[in-house]
Order: sequence, then structure tokens, then C-alpha cells
Amino acid sequence: MKSPTIARSTITVALIGNPNTGKSTLFTALAGVRQRVGNYPGVTVEKKLGSLHLSGQACQVVDLPGTYSLAPRSPDEMVAVDVLLGRRADVGPIDIVLSIVDASNLERNLYLVSQVLELGVPTVVALNMVDIARARGLAIDVERLSTQLNVPVVEVQANRHRGIAELKAALVAAISSNSAVPESPFPTEFQREVTHLQSALAPRMRDEESTCGGEAMPRYLVERLLLDTSGYLQSELLGNHHSPGEADVAAELKAARGRLAAAGSPVPAVEAQARYAWVAQVLKGVIARPAERVTTRSDRIDRILTNKFWGTLLFVLAMLLVFSSVFVAAEPAMKAIDAVIGKLGQAVGAAMSEGPLESLLVDGVIGGVGSVLVFLPQILMLFFFLAILEDCGYMARAAYLMDKLMVRVGLSGKSFIPLLSSFACAIPGVMATRVIENRRDRLTTILVAPLMSCSARLPVYTVLIGAFIPRRTFAGGLLQLQGVTLFTLYLLGIVTAALVALVLKKTLLRGPTPPFVMELPSYKWPSPSTVLYRMGERGWSFVRRAGTLILAVSVIVWAASYYPHNAEVVEENLGPERDALTARLVQLDTGAAERAGLEDQKADMDHAIAAAYQRQSILGRMGRTIEPAVRPLGWDWRIGCAVIASFPAREVVMGALGVIYNLGKGLDVGDQTDQDRLAARMHAARWDDSQALVYNIPVALSIMVFFALCAQCASTLVVIRRETNSWRWPAFTFIYMTALAYLGALVTYQVGMRLPPF
Amino acid sequence: MKLLADLSVGSRARVHSILGADELSVRLLEMGLTPGVEVAVVGTAPLGDPLELELRGYRLSVRRTEAARVQIEPL
Repeated sequence: MKSPTIARSTITVALIGNPNTGKSTLFTALAGVRQRVGNYPGVTVEKKLGSLHLSGQACQVVDLPGTYSLAPRSPDEMVAVDVLLGRRADVGPIDIVLSIVDASNLERNLYLVSQVLELGVPTVVALNMVDIARARGLAIDVERLSTQLNVPVVEVQANRHRGIAELKAALVAAISSNSAVPESPFPTEFQREVTHLQSALAPRMRDEESTCGGEAMPRYLVERLLLDTSGYLQSELLGNHHSPGEADVAAELKAARGRLAAAGSPVPAVEAQARYAWVAQVLKGVIARPAERVTTRSDRIDRILTNKFWGTLLFVLAMLLVFSSVFVAAEPAMKAIDAVIGKLGQAVGAAMSEGPLESLLVDGVIGGVGSVLVFLPQILMLFFFLAILEDCGYMARAAYLMDKLMVRVGLSGKSFIPLLSSFACAIPGVMATRVIENRRDRLTTILVAPLMSCSARLPVYTVLIGAFIPRRTFAGGLLQLQGVTLFTLYLLGIVTAALVALVLKKTLLRGPTPPFVMELPSYKWPSPSTVLYRMGERGWSFVRRAGTLILAVSVIVWAASYYPHNAEVVEENLGPERDALTARLVQLDTGAAERAGLEDQKADMDHAIAAAYQRQSILGRMGRTIEPAVRPLGWDWRIGCAVIASFPAREVVMGALGVIYNLGKGLDVGDQTDQDRLAARMHAARWDDSQALVYNIPVALSIMVFFALCAQCASTLVVIRRETNSWRWPAFTFIYMTALAYLGALVTYQVGMRLPPF
Repeated sequence: MKLLADLSVGSRARVHSILGADELSVRLLEMGLTPGVEVAVVGTAPLGDPLELELRGYRLSVRRTEAARVQIEPL
């Protein structure tokens, strides 16, 4: 995808703020719904651009990721600093920084503002959530705050669109203003070291035109270089290659830090101390706090929701509610979509003459895209609930409640909700990992999310369990073998995910445990417009991005199951019989008694022809080619073929088996009669060579284990590509999951066959 | 010196210093746990970890291992 760029005739506003300040809401309030979303190359940071008009002046807004501090320690964190300093060619120079702050948490929010002001770009502060601050009894003197900060401060309530006109006016005024770099909050000895270091680096910068275009390094970056003890900035700004100057700079930095420590301003502590001291100065006379801390509704809610007993109970209830409603409420819509797709397929099929084009449209395009579209209601429902949890402040609490549990598998509490969502569908789960700022944790969560048994696996499980697992009960009727099997399959996904996460965090994504030092925002009523907007935005982004690829994959799989459409061979054997049946049907009266029987015969004949075509298709041949590979799993080529056909979406496997077993194309696995018909065919299926029965309990189990662990879902892989900004990770996911699925199915079948018959 | 991790729920303390100079200590400082600031332990998660703190007028969550980096003087 082409990344959006900005023309110079427009001015650029960068929006920055802490997490949970309503930044995205303000972005939407300013730029409307027409946003351009992409990725910055090479990192997993989302690039969000919007446009607006400021009294005739065309203007672009760049939404930067929410952050507590502008202290980059990784390429992902470096993006915001580079954008703000105008060092990114794909965004261009920044004309105004719009810094949004949470009025109810001004002290901590001004820490970031103090860093922003040092960049020397004209700045406007948007003071959001004034209502919450007021509820806490805080009175804020906005005018005085503006004077102290020496920048315009505008009161807004982004979720209610209040103060937006005033904010735009302030932005217009800021275009023509000059930025006065404020007095540095740092102690003089630190400033002296920075000046010294900057001039020491100047000749070096002239030599290396590549990094800074021959200009001196911005003072803010020199400060960061001195403060960053992780070594990231040193290699990022000065390059990894060891030029003669390299050792000098490293020695210089070390000496400067030594001198600062001796002077009582140790790096890195000096920054927080200096900035919070500055914040205290700024806030003098700005905030009037009540003498006694007001216990707000948020505090009372929090006391219950984080209570050992009630908190846990309500958490479990909330999650159950979310889940049951995702399944229950989405069902009518899913049924409706399914029916519409079915009708559409029939209508197109009836309107066109039989042939490749008709088959492409009906089976490839409508059938393939439909199999994914069916899940859209569920995906949207999940996005809806996730947006509510996020907007009301419970998302951070859920992470807090579950952290200890998730730490055991090497993750943090922030991974819990994304993984839980994946039980309904991995797509919203993978997209919900954006709240995890640590790259390794986020990748690990994305990579294991598809192991959670999603709702697309359910039809596979129900048909096979219903057909092959005996209806037996244990423990006085309390446990049912079929139910236990289903539960075990879910458990298999969870346990495998935990193990894979542990292994990934010890090998490929090894690194220090990221801190869980995060704000627990106050609770507030979710704003309906924010929730609906977020749901729509994410749903649309999924449809748009996954749509084309799913279409392509569906067409490829269709082509593989259609071509070579060798009509002569098939028609030679079965054609005459069908034609005879058709001819007799035409001759008969509509009311004739034998008509029903003949129609059934004709339908069987049609299905047999469809199956014959499938057998000699590329897919059928592939199935037969891979038979030796799937034989150890207890599968014949037909099962192998259905598994290949279900690459775009798991639940397609049952429909594919339906075609293979001469049941025709329109098999509805949600329908009990169709389930029984398919079960009967599976029970009767025999090996081509030995005529032994194909299916038994170990085979059914091996298929289910395969589907529990495999990555047969093109949509998930596309979404992983989108979220990680690289094809490497979806490829890795597909390979590792397929390998695990094969291994799991192999062990299941081989062990199952060696156990005494059940 | 006492550590923030040793404080019981409901007690208050003044931050003395943060141990270490790595990413974690920077993060603790950035979030406002600077020397001299007052902090209260408001509660713990149902599983006993992390802790919920109150400082500078807002709520902060830290794990016990992370709170062990904060040296405090109980109030």
C-alpha cells in the first residue's frame, strides 16, 4: 500500500498525548471520519492522517501513538520523536504540535508537555476531561495555566464535541505565531553538558550528511542522547559502524554522565526530577484542590471492581456477558447473511448458463467471500464490546486483574483481553493487541491468538463429535463424553498457546520483562459516538484490507477445485444416465407419483457428477498426491483434499467434505438434517484400496485436533500481516501452526489406534 | 531502607529514591515516582499482584517486583 504523504502547500499539525486522554476522540472530532491509515515503514506503528480546514488553510493532522514520555528506547518509540522534529520525509515538517492533556491528571500529563515544549515547535494545549476534574473537586485556572506555560490552552470535551471551534481558532492563531523555546527545566550543569556535547557532535554531523542533512543535531536529541543509558539512541543517531569518532562520543557521554552524577544530577533520574519540579512551578496557583480528597463515583466503583471477591466475580460475569452476547446477538445477523448469500448464489446460478464463469461467481466469489462475511456480525459485536471496555476505563483494570496469571506464561495482563476475544474470532483479538506497547509481548500475543478455538471451529467440532463420539455419561450423568471432548479441544488450544508463548518468549522474542507500570484511568460512562465510531472504523478496516485477499484466495481455491474441467471423461461415464433421467422427468406430469423418486435420483446423479469433477480437479489430484503424507494421520485423500480446500476459512471443510461425499454444494452444517446426512456418508466412507472404513474415533479426533491447532484462516493471516507490517509473521504463524496441527493429529491418531477399542 | 513493595494496603509513604538506571527505573520516574513524592498503596489485584498506587492525584499499577525498586520512608 502506498503510504500517505503530505503536500507542502498544507500545514501539518501533530497530535500527541498520554494514553487514555481521549486523543483518538479528539482526532476524529477534528478530522472527521475520513482518515488515512497506513504504517510507517519498518515499524509496527500505525500512521494515521486526517485533514481539516482552518479558516481556508488546508491542514493535515498526524495522530501520534499515545505515550507517557518522549524518551525513545526502540524504533517504534522513535517514530513520534522523528515526526515531531520533522525528521520524517513521509510526513514533512510539523507546523504546530497539538498536545492533549487530561485535566483530572494534569501533573503527570504535563511531564510530556514539558518535553514537547522543548522541541521548539509552536504548541497548543487541549485541556480535555474538564468534567471529570470538576467531579473530583478540582478547579483549574485555565488562563493562568496558559500564561505559565506560555502557550494557548483550550478547554475541550472531545467526546461531546465541546470546545472544538475554539481549539481550531487557537490553531489558526498558532500558525502565524513564533515559538519561543522555553527556559530549560534542567539544572545548569546538565545544560552545560548538552551544549558541550552538541558542539562536539557538530563536525561529525557535517561529515555524515545522511543522518541530519548536514545540520547540527537538534538540541532535544542531544539531551536524549545524554539521558538514554540503554545505548539505543547512540547506535540509532550515530550509526552502528565504528568510525574513528565513535569511541570519542561514547567516552564523551560516559565522562559527562560521571560529572553529572558527581554534581548531584545523576542520569537518568535528573530528567524526571527536573521536569516534575518544573510542573510544580507551572501548576502553582493553577489548581485548587479540595481540602479533603473527594471520594468520587469512580473511586467507589474501583473499590468494588478491584475487590478480591466482588472484583473477580464481576470480571467473570462481565466476560461471560460479553461472550454470550457475541454468540447470541450475532446469530440472527449471521443467519440472515448466510441466507442472503445462499439466495444470491442461487439467483446468479439460475440467471447464468452452466459453465466456468457461473461456477466462478457462485462457488468462488459468492461462496468464498460469503464464508468470511458470515463472521462479520460477530467481529463487529466484539469490536463493540472492546470499544466499550476501552472507553469506560475497564480495559486497564482487566489487565491489572489478570496480570499475575499472564506473567506465568511470559506475557502481561494486557494480553488477556486480546486472547479472550480470540475465542470468538482471532481477527478482533489480533487487532486488540494494539494496547500492548511492548513489541515482543505484542508479537507473542498475536502469534498465539489464532490457537484459541474460535467460533469457526465450532461447526467442525459439532459435526464430528456428533457423528463419532459415543453418547456416554460419567460420574452419575454429570459428565458427558461429547461435552468433555469439546472442552478438551478448547483446553488443547489454551495449553498449546501457553506453551508456545513461553517458548517464543525464551527464544525468538526473548527480552527483559516489560514493566507493568501503567495508569489505571478513572471510570467514565462510555460515549456512544466514540464506541460506534471505533466499531465501524475497525470493522471497515478489516473488510477493506482482508476483502481483496480473501477474494483472491477464494478464487484460487475455486480454480483448483474446478480445473481441469474435463467434461468428456466425466460426461462419458455419467452423462447418458443423467440425460435419460432428465428426459423422463420432462415427459412426466407434474403430479405423477414416481416424480419424487426420480427427482431424488437425478439429484444424486448431479452430486455424483460434481464429485467426479472434483476428483479429477487440481485439488483432487493434490489430495491424492499428499495422501501418503496424511495417511499417518488416518486420513484418506478426500479428507486431505477438504483440508486444502478449507485454507481460506476453517468451517469450509465440512462443505468441502459434503461435495466430496456426493451431497452437493449447498450443505448447511448448521442444519441437523444436513449434519445427519454428512455423518451417514462419513460413516460409510471407505478407503479406495482396502475398502476398509475410513472413519473411526481416532480419525475423527485427529481431524478435530488438526483443526484446533491449524492456521486455516486467510483473514487472520492478512490481519497479522497488517498489524505486524510484514509478511514474515503471518508466514511464521502459518508454518508453526500447521506443523503443530500435523504433529498433534499424528500423535492423536497413532496413540488412539494403539489404545484398546472404546 | 524500606521498599514500596513491603507496604501494606492502606498505608502511605514518601519516595526516597529509585534503584537502578534501566528502562524500569526510568519508567517509574517518568510516571512520577520521584524522590519526595507522597504515595499510597490503595489495593492489590485479587491474585495479590500487581499493586494499585495513588500518587500525584492519579492511580498507578505496578508489580511487586517493580515496587521493590522504590525505596521509601513510611509516613
